[in-house]
Amino acid sequence: MKNLIKALAFGLVTLVSLSALASSGGANLDHANNDLTDKESLKNGFKTYINYCLGCHQLQYQRYNRTFKDLGIEEADGIENYMYTGEKSGDHITNTMPKKEAAKWFGTAPPDLTLEARLRSPDWIYTYLRSFYMDSERPFGVNNKVFKDVGMPHVLQDLQGVSSLDEHGNVTPAMGGSLTTEEYDIVVRDLTNFLEYVGEPSKLERESMGYNVLIFLFVFFIISYFLKKEYWKDVH
Amino acid sequence: MLTNFMAWIDKRLPVTDAWNKHVAQYPAPKNFNFWYFFGSLAMLVLVNQILTGIWLTMSYEPSGDGAFASVEYIMRDVDYGWLLRYMHSTGASAFFIVVYMHMMRGLMYGSYQKPRELLWIFGMLIFLVLMAEAFMGYLLPWGNMSYWGAQVIISLFGAIPVIGDDLTLWIRGDYVISGATLNRFFALHVIAMPLVLVILVFLHILALHEVGSNNPEGTDVKKPKGSVPVEEQSKFTFHKQYTDKYDIVDAIPFHPYYSVKDIMGVAGFLILFCWVMFFAPEGGGYFMEAPNFEPANGLKTPEHIAPVWYFGPFYTILRVIPDKLLGAIGMFSAIIVLFLVPWFDRGVVKSVKYRSKLHLLNLIQFSVCFVVLGALGTLPATPLYNNIGIIATFGYFGFFVALWFYSKNEKCKPVPERVSH
Repeated sequence: MKNLIKALAFGLVTLVSLSALASSGGANLDHANNDLTDKESLKNGFKTYINYCLGCHQLQYQRYNRTFKDLGIEEADGIENYMYTGEKSGDHITNTMPKKEAAKWFGTAPPDLTLEARLRSPDWIYTYLRSFYMDSERPFGVNNKVFKDVGMPHVLQDLQGVSSLDEHGNVTPAMGGSLTTEEYDIVVRDLTNFLEYVGEPSKLERESMGYNVLIFLFVFFIISYFLKKEYWKDVH
Repeated sequence: MLTNFMAWIDKRLPVTDAWNKHVAQYPAPKNFNFWYFFGSLAMLVLVNQILTGIWLTMSYEPSGDGAFASVEYIMRDVDYGWLLRYMHSTGASAFFIVVYMHMMRGLMYGSYQKPRELLWIFGMLIFLVLMAEAFMGYLLPWGNMSYWGAQVIISLFGAIPVIGDDLTLWIRGDYVISGATLNRFFALHVIAMPLVLVILVFLHILALHEVGSNNPEGTDVKKPKGSVPVEEQSKFTFHKQYTDKYDIVDAIPFHPYYSVKDIMGVAGFLILFCWVMFFAPEGGGYFMEAPNFEPANGLKTPEHIAPVWYFGPFYTILRVIPDKLLGAIGMFSAIIVLFLVPWFDRGVVKSVKYRSKLHLLNLIQFSVCFVVLGALGTLPATPLYNNIGIIATFGYFGFFVALWFYSKNEKCKPVPERVSH
């Protein structure tokens, strides 16, 4: 038992020091506070994605009907309101943008975003979409605080309005958009929430299965402990 | 009915005898502690990797164009594909955790010392093949870190004079890492390496049962025949292969005593394993690295190429040595010295419990250096980290050198004849 405690303590110290080392990096990102159980938010995010992002950014590993099912959208409703280009509901969420041409237009072909939330983290996406500012040097007139010299225009500019950089290098509050800052943050947050879902559609199922498995294992551990004790009675 | 059936079998193949010899009547010292769980846990993880691997292979597509998409197909479209994949990816890291603990146990209790040198060498060969297996497996998801990690490691062979460039070309099967590399790594990962691994594990266990298990006291539970009065011998039934030659003391049959104890160990391990697998399968970015969520791209280098954590110690040794060839030599030496531990240690007392304070301190500094080297391997190279890495590298190799010097005339405590439980 003493050895066990020693070993556990050793492992714990190692883990803590490793995670302290790991967390020393990282930029200042705002928290999206995603909630994958919030279906309304996911639906709004899906809608925003279809309307504003899909033209350039595919979700080539995710299927429409899987998304409908997970978000609680009726198939007919989904085909009617979320699919505009005549695909079948079992198709992947793709666009028809020619990659080679796109690379010429933007400097690089717009990447697929299925796994963006896992590649960069949801907080990164949330902060990124709220960090565009005016920069006349750039081809589309905007730059981004989180992703310097990004190739894309500020697609949500109509909603957010226009920001610029102040003398401290901070992004000023946006002016002239159709939404207030709070409303815009909610739109972006829903979009981020949706992208986190798309990054790993089985995440909720994974976690709920995890609780059941752990409960089973705790019971199993206790039973196996007493089984061991019973067997070892005659070992002296 | 069953008895007749077994008798029929046993006449043709000694199944019952083998079961008794290796399981039901194998004399295991009765004082195994926490550290002795990791052998059976390594077997558990091996079985997990093989089974989940078989099912992953059913849906995986080993080609440069299809690999990345097929992994996402497994994650989304295959029933419980995500579970299989996470069991396999978490299992890879878990394999190294239990194997490192298992090796640490061997070092602590002198389980490599005479007569267990060959047993240790089989273990080290398993470790070596396991590293090759993990390295090749890591390329298969065809993510960007898969690609660049493999690029860095394979280029190491280029440091070898004269044949280096041809050798890297031969390994890759192409001038850069490509679909050709992926295909051959797939073949080796799913067939060649697992086959070798299973054979080595088999030999490791055979060699163990030939010489018998060590224990935390480092004493022998097999005494010369006729040296122990009958009433002091272990009262359990052991296979005659052991009792013909030895008097057995302080031992119990592996089954059912250690089988039930190991089941408890398995339950405890699975709690930790499933906790990570279900709630943090990326392992904080250590078990699955973020850049691997975009497909391999030969034109886009990740900001910071880090090997998977379990290669960290060896990667740091490579990195802190400024010359590429010397670095590669240093890295491979770090593994070779482990092979040679049985000969670096010239002592006769096995367990750290009865060895000198110096040996205890040496073991502690070695484990600290190993962990520090591992942590540094996943971090970007800065001058500070580099200096720490150099010190830890000296500590790592220093363990073996110091051991060779002090073990010859080491002042040890008297080792008790018998095991105290």
